[in-house]
Amino acid sequence: MSTKVVGAVRKAFPDEVIGDHAERGDHTVIVKPGRLVEIVRFLHDDPETDMSHFCDLTVVDWPGRESRFEVVIHLHSLAAGHRIRVKTSVPAQSPVVPSITAVYRGADWFEREAFDLYGVRFEGHPDLRRILLWEGFEGHPLRKDYPKQQRQCPVPLLEDRPGQPPPFPERP
Amino acid sequence: MEKYEEKDLLLGSEPMKLNMGPSHPSTHGTVRVVLQLDGEIVRSSDAQVGFLHRGFEKECESSTWNQVFPYVDRLNYASPLLNEIGYALAVEKLVGVDVTPRCKVLRVILGEMARIADHLVCLAAMSMELGAFTPFLYLVKTRDWIYLVFERVTGQRVMHSFMRIGGMKCDAPDGFKEEVLALLPRIEVTIRDVEALLVKNRIFIDRTVNVGCMTAERALGYGWTGPCLRSTGVDYDVRKAEPYLCYGDVRFDVPVGTNGDNYDRFQVRCEEMRQSMRIIRQAFDMLPPGPVQLDLPDVSFPDKQDVYTSIEGTIRHFMLVMEGGRVPAGEVYSATEAANGELGFYIVSTGGGSPYKMRVRPPCFANIAALSEMIDGGFIADVVPTFGSINMIGGECDR
Repeated sequence: MSTKVVGAVRKAFPDEVIGDHAERGDHTVIVKPGRLVEIVRFLHDDPETDMSHFCDLTVVDWPGRESRFEVVIHLHSLAAGHRIRVKTSVPAQSPVVPSITAVYRGADWFEREAFDLYGVRFEGHPDLRRILLWEGFEGHPLRKDYPKQQRQCPVPLLEDRPGQPPPFPERP
Repeated sequence: MEKYEEKDLLLGSEPMKLNMGPSHPSTHGTVRVVLQLDGEIVRSSDAQVGFLHRGFEKECESSTWNQVFPYVDRLNYASPLLNEIGYALAVEKLVGVDVTPRCKVLRVILGEMARIADHLVCLAAMSMELGAFTPFLYLVKTRDWIYLVFERVTGQRVMHSFMRIGGMKCDAPDGFKEEVLALLPRIEVTIRDVEALLVKNRIFIDRTVNVGCMTAERALGYGWTGPCLRSTGVDYDVRKAEPYLCYGDVRFDVPVGTNGDNYDRFQVRCEEMRQSMRIIRQAFDMLPPGPVQLDLPDVSFPDKQDVYTSIEGTIRHFMLVMEGGRVPAGEVYSATEAANGELGFYIVSTGGGSPYKMRVRPPCFANIAALSEMIDGGFIADVVPTFGSINMIGGECDR
């Protein structure tokens, strides 16, 4: 079913599509980031693809690759019942992707989350700030180079406060 | 007597900023809503989530495939079995296996019971927030009956960790069918009682009809799914649209609302519980005998008897625990209908013992994103019931 969708994208944007596959039945189209909004708008508006339903947006971090951050968007058509995964990659030096909030309002929070956890910036997002973590958090925890055990506390720990006795004094 | 124009009688009010939460009794879970008030009217609002963020995805990336099950339990803690089923199905899609027929049917039965339990909690909280304490007690008591069944089947009341990749931990105990079938009429009585107390209740109608309205088009744009989307009139249900397990073989209806207001969401959930019971009854009729767990040497644990009596079994168990098994490389997106909507798992595997990327598409994250739009322009007193009717579960939303 969604081979048709992949074909439609290929036909409409022949220079933008880098590749496609249908592993395990999930149809995927890999595109360049530049005209992502146009591609998504085409998928949303075109009566043949009719992707009215925004499903998911996330990022996969591939530190070894030239284009480190892979933005993965899942879209769904209620009328036709097909799904498509749109992937695009951006390099670590300039992790900027155009925001698709103008097409799907629901992408707003998902993009904020991706920015929060991966540090990918979404250009044109109306209000790009952290969502799950607090303002002032250092780093982006879902990047592969962020150590899992690293501690950051929004409130200073008792033992770190100057002039405070240790919370549990040792027995004499 | 002097005549006054109506507008002269209005008291002037300064805009006021009010912070609700994150630890507010009505925000079950922790969420903060910053409200800009004009008298009693909400002028603008900002919902802030993330207070329950535990780093689920980060934790999964260093866990083995089987160690993820206890974590997914804690996503939507009101219906953990549905999350487990969603995760198990995603990994099974990645591995490329199909569970046994008996396991499929048992998963459907247990999953639908979890859905009923989840809806019971949601309705209980919602009615209590409107001052109806009796339905709250009725509904929570009923949920506990379901938990008793779960305890007998899985050994745990709430956090079951019962599903496995390629099946489930064990078969249901003797008398499971009779117990569940005896329980269903009691649940029906509860729903009937609660509906009798609320559905035609003047106060309830005044407080819920045309409150927190949402149109179908906007809901779709927000990525809404589940009972919230169906309350706006869109009949999208993953169980119908892309049948998994044995949902293709059972007959059930997808209830939809018309207005997308709090009243419709209440009604949709009530009707969904009835449909779930219908599914459970049909599933019991088609429950085939046979094993409930596939033997997948790469990912599933061997039988305990083997582990303790044979060297092969011991080694296999050891390797699975220490190295985490082998799941083929690739990526997969698998969607299931959880209690709040489409629960999607996007998993990337590089062939190692733990997931390279484990993304959960939480249904209520998308739903709660629309909260501001639903409460703006309404009364401050309606914020809490509207929030309750969305049924945001912090564990799932914040992960």
